[in-house]
Amino acid sequence: MDLNLDAPHSMGTTIIGVTYNGGVVLGADSRTSTGMYVANRASDKITQLTDNVYVCRSGSAADSQVVSDYVRYFLHQHTIQLGQPATVKVSANLIRMLAYNNKNMLQTGLIVGGWDKYEGGKIYGIPLGGTVVEQPFAIGGSGSSYLYGFFDQAWKEGMTKEEAEQLVVKAVSLAIARDGASGGVVRTVIINSEGVTRNFYPGDKLQLWHEELEPQNSLLDILNAGGPVPMAM
Amino acid sequence: MSQSAVDVPPKGGFSFDLCKRNDMLIQKGLKAPSFLKTGTTIVGLIFKDGVILGADTRATEGPIVADKNCEKIHYMAPNIYCCGAGTAADTEAVTDMVSSQLRLHRYQTGRDSRVITGLTLLKKHLFSYQGHVSAALVLGGVDITGPHLHTIYPHGSTDTLPFATMGSGSLAAMSVFEAKYKEGLTRDEGIKLVAEAICSGIFNDLGSGSNVDICVITKGNKEYLRNYMEPNPRTYVSSKGYSFSKKTEVLLTKITPLMERVEITEVGEAMEE
Repeated sequence: MDLNLDAPHSMGTTIIGVTYNGGVVLGADSRTSTGMYVANRASDKITQLTDNVYVCRSGSAADSQVVSDYVRYFLHQHTIQLGQPATVKVSANLIRMLAYNNKNMLQTGLIVGGWDKYEGGKIYGIPLGGTVVEQPFAIGGSGSSYLYGFFDQAWKEGMTKEEAEQLVVKAVSLAIARDGASGGVVRTVIINSEGVTRNFYPGDKLQLWHEELEPQNSLLDILNAGGPVPMAM
Repeated sequence: MSQSAVDVPPKGGFSFDLCKRNDMLIQKGLKAPSFLKTGTTIVGLIFKDGVILGADTRATEGPIVADKNCEKIHYMAPNIYCCGAGTAADTEAVTDMVSSQLRLHRYQTGRDSRVITGLTLLKKHLFSYQGHVSAALVLGGVDITGPHLHTIYPHGSTDTLPFATMGSGSLAAMSVFEAKYKEGLTRDEGIKLVAEAICSGIFNDLGSGSNVDICVITKGNKEYLRNYMEPNPRTYVSSKGYSFSKKTEVLLTKITPLMERVEITEVGEAMEE
């Protein structure tokens, strides 16, 4: 078994961004792997850039963290200079500048999502290479391969907030079931005119898919049992 | 023959001057010395009142144990310590450097250092070297915002966790944590768990061994328990003592302590115009 603990930290990942009637829902799994070892089973891949714009990170953990740190800094300055909250389009553009100009060195795919008062809820996908594509929904990461057909069939215009979140959770959960590099918990972030809501769905509470088994009683329970009771004479 | 009179200071970054020489030597058959790596098991966990860091004490050079009792828990600030795994020189150098930077920052701001500051400085440095500085770190401390524990990987990515392990023995130690960790551990429970995790690395990983070092950091206080546990004592020591053969002569040892030469200068008269 080739563990290779020196391999760069990558987020195998499934990341999703979906627009709905009034805002956006971002979703991601929580697995960060180093080679074949899960380095962090509860990572948070949905990072805040501003009060109203978040980004889903995939690919190299180091590259995506550094890019989002720089863009957060630039957006902070931009907000001060502009005098009002930055738009989602500007955030996406700043990410794209870094991703495109450093395309030889970086290996990270990002999905920018947020809400602003001019355009409402918007999702921008920025895959490897630095293209920017404005989409009604975007998927990324290694687990996204298993979701293209699912979204073609399941996504529709003008969903409600609840429908959109259910769709995202279902999709991430399906990808986790099939992709070895995705796992852990499902995190979602809902952004609309009222603000931001973070949700958390533990892995063992997700719906079971084809051939998935119920979780068995853990043998670890004997550790907490307290030992056998001594015989009484 | 003209020589430039002024030496231009190097611009910084790597200097590749000796690469050609090294290539030539390797071609001639010279084997380069291997790096001194700390095989290592390092761990950290957050307990009720703060952070506990733990490490083993074996430093390896290939298959040989180079140092049986090295220190892997490095000082960063009075309230922040950092365990290091990977190439020993890299972990020492990078923790020393950031420790100095934190001190300068304390002087400038007039405040105690925060763990996140150390994290950002380390992450920036490691990322700019693209993973060639082989330092995998567990950074822990308690600052004004509370207890924090972070892991930093050689490529510059970081994670923030309630319990973490790094190094070649990380899998052995993580299995102990995953089985027994819970939130709100007391100091004694936490120390016991950390010691257990490090022992698991010491006994099951070839790159880790010797003793257990522990560092407990709480608000306003830190305890560095060097060699908290020594589960690998030297078992056989000859009771008869060691005899030296007849030809060996023990010379007289004369130790002359160096005395400080203190010259007291009389305070002279101040110069007057």
